[in-house]
Amino acid sequence: MSLKNNLVVMLLFSAIVLSAPWWLAPIGANYPDLLQKFAIFGLFAIGFNILFGLTGYLSFGHAAFLGVGSYTAVWSFKLLTMNVIPAVILGTLVSGVFALLIGWLSLRRSGIYFSILTLAFAQMSYSLAYSVLTPITNGETGLQLSQQDPRVLDAMAGIVPTEGLPTTNLFGMPMSGYSGFYFCAVLLIIGFWVTLKIFRSPYGLKLTAIKSNTMRMKYTGFNTRPYLLSAFVISGMFAGLAGSLMAVTDPLAGAERMQWTASGEVVLMTILGGAGTLIGPLLGVGIIKYFENIFSALNDSALRAAYDFLPAGLADFLTTVTSPFVGEGWHLTLGLLFMLVVIFLPGGVMQGISLISRFLRRRLGMAGESGGAS
Amino acid sequence: MSPILDIDNVSKTFGGLHALSDVNLKVEEGETHAIIGPNGAGKSTLLNCCIGRLEPDTGSVTFNGRNMVGMEPWDINHAGMVRVFQTPEIFPDLNLLENVMIPALAKRDGTFRFNPFRSLARETEIRDRAMSALADVSLDRFWNHHAGSISRGDKRRLELAMGLVQEPKLLLLDEPTAGMARLDTNRTIDLLKQIKESGMTKVIIEHDMHVVFSLADRISVLAQGRIIASGTPDEIRNSPKVKEAYLGESEDE
Repeated sequence: MSLKNNLVVMLLFSAIVLSAPWWLAPIGANYPDLLQKFAIFGLFAIGFNILFGLTGYLSFGHAAFLGVGSYTAVWSFKLLTMNVIPAVILGTLVSGVFALLIGWLSLRRSGIYFSILTLAFAQMSYSLAYSVLTPITNGETGLQLSQQDPRVLDAMAGIVPTEGLPTTNLFGMPMSGYSGFYFCAVLLIIGFWVTLKIFRSPYGLKLTAIKSNTMRMKYTGFNTRPYLLSAFVISGMFAGLAGSLMAVTDPLAGAERMQWTASGEVVLMTILGGAGTLIGPLLGVGIIKYFENIFSALNDSALRAAYDFLPAGLADFLTTVTSPFVGEGWHLTLGLLFMLVVIFLPGGVMQGISLISRFLRRRLGMAGESGGAS
Repeated sequence: MSPILDIDNVSKTFGGLHALSDVNLKVEEGETHAIIGPNGAGKSTLLNCCIGRLEPDTGSVTFNGRNMVGMEPWDINHAGMVRVFQTPEIFPDLNLLENVMIPALAKRDGTFRFNPFRSLARETEIRDRAMSALADVSLDRFWNHHAGSISRGDKRRLELAMGLVQEPKLLLLDEPTAGMARLDTNRTIDLLKQIKESGMTKVIIEHDMHVVFSLADRISVLAQGRIIASGTPDEIRNSPKVKEAYLGESEDE
């Protein structure tokens, strides 16, 4: 039983993910909407981590692929079928092609110039979705389903919605609620298996070596461009998959999904959890999405109720001080959290965990065997 | 027999500075050729022109019958010319074994190979080859140490292992013993002598005359961007031109 064994890791991971509705119940995070978010952003982050965590190339434009995935999936629902399988496959593939194009152009530069190029391309996609591409994206309204959509495959199978909008399904099983979560969860497990394989392959080792010393890689006999481009495309496909899953759980797509804040969010999640580690990005997703859920739901009256046991003056004071940090102001809290992590734990939560476990091991006098996850 | 490396009329200027002027140098297969010369003579520039880090203004660098000028560094590496840098160029975030596995993988996989589903744990052949290269430079005991954390001398020996594991046709060594303690220097000399017996061609840039005279079959002297003498160690030792270049310099210092 060692975490070096892929099968052990996958069994453990699958058990944790599939049992999430049960073990997240005590902290009130077990309802389907939030669970779906965990899984979808989890896929987004582990894919992003293949590029950023392994090669060190920081893309600020991955939201573009998220958006492309969503639009493609909705189009698949409109034109082909409400079955989610084609939507997910097409969303991933189209994003991959899009990533190939943007990556091919952006990877002509490295460092900050690469980041700025990806940011520029993503913002361009965002603006285009609002303007020129309105026939494809339906502009500000966002791309929505309608009862009159052709849905060629469904029509051939004789499935015609009678009343209201059709719902996404997996061969008849509706993709809302827990079944929607389990669909995302299974894809997350598959996605995690792919990243695990990449991390533990010669290809993955070469990617980390590029991060460590790009110049040396070139003189060692490697053409670094195709390595970077393939990593970029893989991470773009993960983002596209995540985007199409967003459309699966809620079949509409808007351009705001491509905004730079969405690109920034995945960077935050990855760094917060620990870039370059296998499960760090997932921890980052969990922490950010969970606290976003709690803090953004709080308002002044909820705060006042929480401080109720204190003297009135003090309660008022605390309410005034803390209210900018909750509700709409949740991003202020996130900013503070992010600053603390980057300053004191540049390796993210994973660094904190390894520091604590090393400390405990020393305390307990457990020398020798260390079976830490890489 | 034609030389394995033929540097023909290579010139390189930086601004107004003539770093190299019409340098001609032939390295025969199997020999150990030392390039010596005072600081700033253009030794490192010459190596950079060979491995594609710099492009010469004029002239050609023919290696194994092919002109290397304008070729990408990875293609030059796969042609069989490998350089060990003066300031250690390693992968500081990887461990020692991984540092040597990377060049071993390059040798096998070529400039690009997409194998994300192959398990690194099953690359036993690459691992063994890397381990034995580490053993050659007596670093195998520290295989799982972080390369960024070892001493400078050890980094240089690590980089030597990274070069050797590729079994190049021609190994370019840029001051392989600089920054090493005397014991390590002697160990490195012994190692390089062993390689010499294997028939690998080497070009060594070196300041340490002890190293040069214990290893070199032939020596070329570079001064102010020109080759002023080329010959056997004895010829060089007795050459008045060389004495002038070196003694002139040491009087200034």
